[in-house]
Amino acid sequence: MTNRIALCSFLLVAPCSVLLSQDTTAGKLVYTKWCAGCHGETGAGDGVAAKNMIPPPRDFTGAIYQIRSTASGQLPTDADLLRSIDQGLPGTAMPGWKTRLSDRERRDVLAYIKTFSSFFADTTQHPEVLSFGNEPSGGTGEEALRVGRQFYDSIGCRKCHGDQGRGDGPSAPTLKDDAGHPMFAANLHQSWQFNGGSTTADIYHRLRTGLDGTPMPSFSDLLDQKFLTETELWRIAEYVRSLSPNEAPAIRDVIHAPLVKQGVPRAPDDSAWNAIDAYWFPLVGQVIHKNRWFAPAVTGVWVKAVHTTDSIAIRVVWDDRSQSPDPDWLEHVGRVLAAIHSDSAAEQPALWPDQLAVQFPVAIPTGMERPYFLMGSASGPVYQWRWNSSSRDAGAAGLARGVERFDALPGSGVGAQAVYDHGQWRIVFTRALASSDTASQLPFLSGRAIPVAFFAWDGSNGEHGTRMAASTWYFLALDEPVPARVFISPVLAMVLTLGLGMLVVWRAQQKTSYRRQR
Amino acid sequence: MTGRILSVVGGMFLLTVCSKGDQGNAAPARQPSETTPPPAAASSESPPTSAGGTITGKVKFTGTAPRAATIDMSEEAACKAKYPTPPKEETVTTGPANALANVFVYVSAGLPANAKYQAPSTPVVLNQDGCRYHPHVFGVMVGQPVEIKNSDPLLHNIKAVAKKNRPFNISQPTAGMQTSRTFSAPEVMVNLECNVHGWMKAFAGVRPDPFFAVSGEDGSFTIKDLPPGTYTIEAWHEKFGTQTATVTIAGTESKTANITFAAK
Repeated sequence: MTNRIALCSFLLVAPCSVLLSQDTTAGKLVYTKWCAGCHGETGAGDGVAAKNMIPPPRDFTGAIYQIRSTASGQLPTDADLLRSIDQGLPGTAMPGWKTRLSDRERRDVLAYIKTFSSFFADTTQHPEVLSFGNEPSGGTGEEALRVGRQFYDSIGCRKCHGDQGRGDGPSAPTLKDDAGHPMFAANLHQSWQFNGGSTTADIYHRLRTGLDGTPMPSFSDLLDQKFLTETELWRIAEYVRSLSPNEAPAIRDVIHAPLVKQGVPRAPDDSAWNAIDAYWFPLVGQVIHKNRWFAPAVTGVWVKAVHTTDSIAIRVVWDDRSQSPDPDWLEHVGRVLAAIHSDSAAEQPALWPDQLAVQFPVAIPTGMERPYFLMGSASGPVYQWRWNSSSRDAGAAGLARGVERFDALPGSGVGAQAVYDHGQWRIVFTRALASSDTASQLPFLSGRAIPVAFFAWDGSNGEHGTRMAASTWYFLALDEPVPARVFISPVLAMVLTLGLGMLVVWRAQQKTSYRRQR
Repeated sequence: MTGRILSVVGGMFLLTVCSKGDQGNAAPARQPSETTPPPAAASSESPPTSAGGTITGKVKFTGTAPRAATIDMSEEAACKAKYPTPPKEETVTTGPANALANVFVYVSAGLPANAKYQAPSTPVVLNQDGCRYHPHVFGVMVGQPVEIKNSDPLLHNIKAVAKKNRPFNISQPTAGMQTSRTFSAPEVMVNLECNVHGWMKAFAGVRPDPFFAVSGEDGSFTIKDLPPGTYTIEAWHEKFGTQTATVTIAGTESKTANITFAAK
């Protein structure tokens, strides 16, 4: 009987212990130590680091949260808040805390965060988890994606997210949050950056709940008013998911440039590029040299390379929601510059172009040492190809000696062709492998690891000069034609091994039969 | 047997403790939009409908009103087609003789502290037509439905930006859609905006009482049925800020309170 009492009490207490054990006093200690730096002591989203990020840290005083399982306008549930704390918010500065803080610390800090807004204490607020149902079958089929695309158009997704989903819709330049901070419509080709998660179900949930505090509305009313069915809304989520790769792209260190016979493709959309492997390189803000840049718009570049016996072509593709310079984006530039910390005096927004740089060392290094990755130094220059959107079919080459000095080389022989297409730049640089100026213009040799790095500027995000996105060093390898001996040697070795083996067996059999005869 | 009783009693006690801790999440859901509008009949504490004093006045401005910018609707042919000449922004809407329209005038102080006013069940209609909100400025009582409807054959989202009320952001992708929403707390003003069309803005003055008005094209406004008393009336304009005036009402008289903003 005592056992039964004990069991009964345990079963009843266990489920509610989570809530009962929340301690806002302990939560405040956790908050002050780990959260206040960004979110501010008073929870207003104004910590010391707040001006180094777009989007800005959440202001807890308004209790407006993007990632919820509840209807637009409702408070989030504890589980919603805990999810953001645990997993972080991809595409933003918010990391996941599940492995850094204990269960208890995360629960306590959650309770403390709720004390910043009186809405959580308001007993008339009753957040209710929406009934999302399950994804209907057949979601990845051609017909399902066609239906998804059809409703993507009819409910107006393209107004902000663009025709191809790269966040370049006609309304994109005007987007801001409640506080007037600049906002981007999500690039639907980079699901790994979705702050609410990258699965089809995550996308469907965001369509249902909206992202409160942002321009992204809830589409739940459309179900209530029979404008579309739940299945059709799921199809939109499936279509959106299909725009991104299944997994976040892996970073591979070496770009292999295969040898092609018919001459290098010089146009960005030449079909010859279809057969070439693409490599993804993430870019981050340049935060080393002043003026630093904390809010780069270009998150990474996709790179392909090929060569012939005398030329090389490198294709760089990146998503950019604006074709700069574009006057429609000028107010957005002003909002970005106002939102982000500046090392120098406040700058007037201007119409800057988009730019790209591909960087190599001046000569292929023989040892491990490479020039300084951030555009070399005064004594150790780097060789760069540069392009900007003001003269889109011209490439320049030159030597960079640090982030602020670039000396163009005359007669560099670098060609460039660029295409802007629905929120994406595609550029092909071409050059002869050999160089007449071997002192400053790298000769491209096959079979060697050639260091390479990338830099990008989005002019309509206020980027120019040292305000840019940068990568570290990676490598480019011009694949050599595979010599015939590579194919013949293994066959020869196999034949020889087999022959020798048979000889041994034959000899052994000879001996055995000789002994038997004896 | 005693043990069994104990276990049941103990269990019930623990359940009570649990449910207290759980209240925030487990209580039955009640969305503001789902609450049934209260009956139209005035409660006993409401002022009688035809008696009481009236405040009338005109809103004017001094100085030069900024020139209204033309709205570029080239992205939305269906909206553009509704205007013979390109429409202008409504930030400062003026009438003859420096009259100022779209000013929300309300009683900000002077009503009995314990007075309660029943919200009418008649909704305030907010129409999206020609990629503009109609009306641009309106008053609504706490709990009174706001019916938001779309008369344009294209996507509008309706985002309410509020501090004392819960904000929301909903979408209406085609003509004929309508959604009803209510506000739960007094707030001057709740901003409504469409993010697809950055120029679309509306402002709602949410009040706990029915003593408010919006100035018309000629700048005039009327607040009716006020009980006797001394009132502060506040006038709010989206660009020129706020102005106040004090008015004393005795009986069923009509008092004039003109309001002047300085254009800036």
